[in-house]
Amino acid sequence: MIELENVGYSYGGGELLSDVSVQLIPGSFHFLTGPSGSGKSTLLKLCYGALTPTAGRARAFEADLRDLNRDQMAMLRRRIGVVHQDCRFLDHLPLADNIALPLTVSGHDASQEGSDLKELMQWVGLSERAHALPPELSGGERQRAALARAVIMSPDVILADEPTGNVDWEMSQRLLQLLVELNRMGKTILIASHDLALIRAAKSQVSVRVLRISDRRLQLAGADL
Amino acid sequence: MSRGSIRTLMLGDAQAARVVPPSGFTAQLTLFVSGAMAFLAVFALALSLSAGRLADRWAEELARSATLRINAPADQRSAQTDAALKILTQTPGIASARALTDEEQTALLTPWFGADLNLDDLPVPQLIEVIEADPGYDAAGLRLRLAAEVPGAVLDDHTRWRRPLVDAAQSLRRLGWFAIALIGGATAAMITLAANAALSANAQVIEVLRLVGARDRYIAQAFVRRFTLRALVGASVGVAFGLAGVMALPEASQEGGFLTGLGFQGLSWLFPLLIPLLGAMVAFAATWSAAHRTLKELT
Repeated sequence: MIELENVGYSYGGGELLSDVSVQLIPGSFHFLTGPSGSGKSTLLKLCYGALTPTAGRARAFEADLRDLNRDQMAMLRRRIGVVHQDCRFLDHLPLADNIALPLTVSGHDASQEGSDLKELMQWVGLSERAHALPPELSGGERQRAALARAVIMSPDVILADEPTGNVDWEMSQRLLQLLVELNRMGKTILIASHDLALIRAAKSQVSVRVLRISDRRLQLAGADL
Repeated sequence: MSRGSIRTLMLGDAQAARVVPPSGFTAQLTLFVSGAMAFLAVFALALSLSAGRLADRWAEELARSATLRINAPADQRSAQTDAALKILTQTPGIASARALTDEEQTALLTPWFGADLNLDDLPVPQLIEVIEADPGYDAAGLRLRLAAEVPGAVLDDHTRWRRPLVDAAQSLRRLGWFAIALIGGATAAMITLAANAALSANAQVIEVLRLVGARDRYIAQAFVRRFTLRALVGASVGVAFGLAGVMALPEASQEGGFLTGLGFQGLSWLFPLLIPLLGAMVAFAATWSAAHRTLKELT
C-alpha cells in the first residue's frame, strides 16, 4: 500500500533518516515510535508525499511519489487520511464544514452526504459541537475532529501523527478505540507516538507491529514493549 | 483556461469561495483602486475618442477645400478673378470654384473689424473657394499656370496648416490609448500585489486544503473568483461615476472649440461599458497567475 525503499532524508547538511525500508500492507496496524526529534513526523510526511526523500524511493498505491504531478498528488491525498500533529483547521468555518472539507474540495456535495457526516460526528462524539468554530474546541475535541476529517473520504490508509499528543489518558483511549475500529474495518493504520502505554493498550486489542526510529534507522521493535 | 472553468467561476462555487476567510479591509481597498482606475480609464477613453474624431474631422474638412486669393489693384481685380475662375474650371480634379460675394467676405471679416465695415474702403483681396474632386488636382501645376496667367493669385490648399493640427490630434489620441494601457497595467500590478498578500495571509488555509486533497485549481479558484468579482464591481462603480462626469462636461460648441468636444458620441457611449469587463479580465489573469506561482512553491 505504502512502501519506503531505502529511503533517506537529509536537510541542511544533517541526515535525519537513512536507509529506511518499510512496507505497510493492507489491513496492518503499525506504531512508529522513537524519541522526540528522531524523525517520526518526517517519516509520515515521506509516506504521504509532503516531503520528497533525498535518497531511495517512496511508493504509494503502486506509484512512485516522485513521479506524481501536483494534481495526482492531490488525488493521492484523498486516499490517505492524515491526522496532523497540530491538527490544523479552517478557523472561520464551523466544525461540521471542517470535517466535510475533504468532500467539499473533491467536488462532492457535502449536503448530500449529510447523513454520513452526522453519523461520523456521532462516532467521534462531536455531534453537539457541529456549529462550533475550531478555536473554541478543546485539545481532545480537535484531535477527534482531525480524525473524523481524515476518515470522511473513507481512505485506505490513515496516518496519525501523535494523535493523543495533548489529550488525557481517557481521551487517548477513546481515540485509540476509534483507530482500532477503523483497522477492523480493513483500514491500514500508522500511528506515530511515543506513548508506550497507548501502544500496550493497542497491543491487547489488535495485532500491532511497532517500528522504532533509533540512530536514524528504522527497526522493528521486539517483544519488550 | 477552459471555458468550463470560467463558467464555474461566474456561476460561482459558493463552497470554494467559503474556504478562504473573508477579508474586510483589503477587499475594500481592491474595490476602491479598481473603481478609481476605471474612473480614470473613462476619461482617457473619452480623450482618445474625441481626439480621434477631431483628427478625422479636420483631415476630412480641410482636405477637400482650398482658397485662391487674388491680390490685385482694384481695377484689375475683377478681370483677374474671371481669368482665375476660368483656369480653375479647366483644371482637372476641381469639382467647383466660386468667388465669394462681398457679403460673404464682409461676414468673414466682421469678427475682426466690426459689423459696419465697408469693403470698398479696404484693399481686400478677392477670395475664391475651391472644392476638390476625388482624385484631387495637381497643386504645383495649378500654381505654375496661375503664376503665368493671373499674377495676383495665391493658392492656399490648407495642407500647410492642416497637417500639424491633424498630427496634434492624432498624438493626443495615441496619448489617450497609452494612458488606457498604463491604467490596465497598473490595475494588473495592483491586483497581483493584493492577491499575493491574500495568498500569503492565507498560507495556512492553503496548506490545510492541500492536506485534504484539494487540487491547485480549486484553491486558485477561490481567490480568483474573489478578486475578479471585486474588480468587476469596483470598476462598474468607477465607470458609472466617470460617465456621470463626462456627461457633466459642456456640450461641444462652435465657440468652445476643441476642448468642449470631449466626450462620447452615439455608439461610442457603449465603449466605457467594456471597462469593467476588461478590468475583471485583467484581475482574473493577474490573480490566476499569482495563485499558480504561489501554489507551485508549496508541497
